[in-house]
Amino acid sequence: MLDKMIFGRYVPLDSLVHRMDPRSKLLLVFFFVCIVFLANNLITYGILAVFTLALIALSKIPARFLFNGLKPILFLILFTLLLHILFTKEGDVIYDFGFIEIYEGGLRQGLYISFRFTLLILVTSLLTLTTSPISITDGLEQLLGPLKKWKMPVHELALMMSISLRFIPTLMEETEKIMKAQTARGVDFTSGPIKERVKSIVPLLVPLFVSSFKRAEELAIAMEARGYRGGEGRTKYRQLSWHAVDTLLLCTLAVLTILLLLFRSY
Amino acid sequence: MGEKLVSLNDVTFKYEGQDRNAVDCVSFDVYKGEWLAIVGHNGSGKSTLAKLLNGLQFAESGSITINDIELSEATVWDARKKVGMVFQNPDNQFVGTTVQDDVAFGLENLGVQHQMMVERVQNALNKVQMDQFLNQEPHHLSGGQKQRVAIAGVLALQPDIIILDEATSMLDPRGREEVLHTVRELKDENILTVISITHDLEEAAKADRIIVMNQGLLYRQGTPDEIFQLEGELVELGLDIPFSVKLGKALREQGLNLADSHLTEEELVKDLCELNSRM
Ligand SMILES: Nc1ncnc2c1ncn2[C@@H]1O[C@H](COP(=O)(O)OP(=O)(O)OP(=O)(O)O)[C@@H](O)[C@H]1O
Ligand SMILES: [Mg+2]
Repeated sequence: MLDKMIFGRYVPLDSLVHRMDPRSKLLLVFFFVCIVFLANNLITYGILAVFTLALIALSKIPARFLFNGLKPILFLILFTLLLHILFTKEGDVIYDFGFIEIYEGGLRQGLYISFRFTLLILVTSLLTLTTSPISITDGLEQLLGPLKKWKMPVHELALMMSISLRFIPTLMEETEKIMKAQTARGVDFTSGPIKERVKSIVPLLVPLFVSSFKRAEELAIAMEARGYRGGEGRTKYRQLSWHAVDTLLLCTLAVLTILLLLFRSY
Repeated sequence: MGEKLVSLNDVTFKYEGQDRNAVDCVSFDVYKGEWLAIVGHNGSGKSTLAKLLNGLQFAESGSITINDIELSEATVWDARKKVGMVFQNPDNQFVGTTVQDDVAFGLENLGVQHQMMVERVQNALNKVQMDQFLNQEPHHLSGGQKQRVAIAGVLALQPDIIILDEATSMLDPRGREEVLHTVRELKDENILTVISITHDLEEAAKADRIIVMNQGLLYRQGTPDEIFQLEGELVELGLDIPFSVKLGKALREQGLNLADSHLTEEELVKDLCELNSRM
């Protein structure tokens, strides 16, 4: 179940977007997050929507996965919408309930901002839905590579990420095992008052921590035995390859930016 | 006996804060192409010995020579290329997110070029018959398969010696047989010299030579035949003897006219059948 929360996000399909270099996808998301703020009228939001929909269509990701990504944020989106409708007092009054007035500007602002939110979530989910966690790690390591000059431990962080990814299922299994063992000893994880349930986590966490430390120590020895001595002089087995599509995508993004700048109202 | 590959000279080592030497004045040689088993009770210093051989710990006194390189902090990275190690827990030595990534880990550390890496990963996985599982994630593999991947990870580095530190003790009988069979084949192809640390005396019985450790001291070394002659002494050291040796002895005490000793059940069965047909 927890397994699904973390890995359930990546949907391994064969599509143009899936095959793209994680670096270009990461750059895309980064720039998209920036230029979303340029949009401020119907046309510009329309342009962004078309772009996002085109990406989704290319990725072949079924809509239900995207909706799942939106679900946890839905409340936040509706809440912002409501706040704006109730409290932004701009333009004409379009409805008067007596105790509260709804302004045209408030409604518009609310709709724009919640739409902006939706677009951001859609594009970022698209990244995690079409790129495996390990590719994202590789992409980040490469993109942040230049920061090594300023003593940023980029390689170490990437290694930490990939080892965490590798050990998540192992620790999951272990948690389940310990849970069963403790249930057999009479610990109740599923019922009773909240306070009792939180308390029952302690006999779960303690053995988990102890064994994780032991694992970490053994893993470190095994890594050293296999010649690991830091990032210096290391080559990479997993190679990233930048194709024409990737360049094309970034060009589209540039065009998008120009369009937004042209059509936004000042 | 072939050429000397490793030699230990009066090696002594003590863990910090411990009052007893974990390894005490141990000397022995390992010859090219042999299968050496190291046995001993828990805490007798077997794993420490393995770590010393791989430069994961350094001896306080005495010297270790591997392929004419004397092991020291300066030479440890070269020596480590010659000595591969497989540990007990299959999970805690699997570094990569997939089988091929894990095998490549050691190669990446050595800075091997990509093209070469792909070749060597493929070769190593072929040798342990795990080439069908290139993109498999570790939690979808059995313990025996994970250990075979670990062996492939070692093979990819093309070492001379492989040390198995109880590498089969967490596996079921089938996984154990898989792993030992793989290693035995590699050894027979003259690719490897094997040092196998084990509690399984049936396995040790198949080795070329056995070293018995006791409380950090080298207690005895010799061929399986010679070692299992010690019977009672071994039991005193907290070791068992293989079932076939025990049964053979019991039968002889009953007055059965059996040859000296039988290291494997097959040998014993064969002799008993012969005896039966003569009666
Ligand atoms: N990291 C450590 N720190 C301190 N003492 C240690 C450490 N590892 C092992 N020892 C001690 O060194 C001695 C030898 O341990 P070692 O692990 O080599 O035994 P072993 O023969 O491998 O045993 P086992 O069969 O249980 O694996 C033991 O007395 C042990 O308590
Ligand atoms: Mg040990």
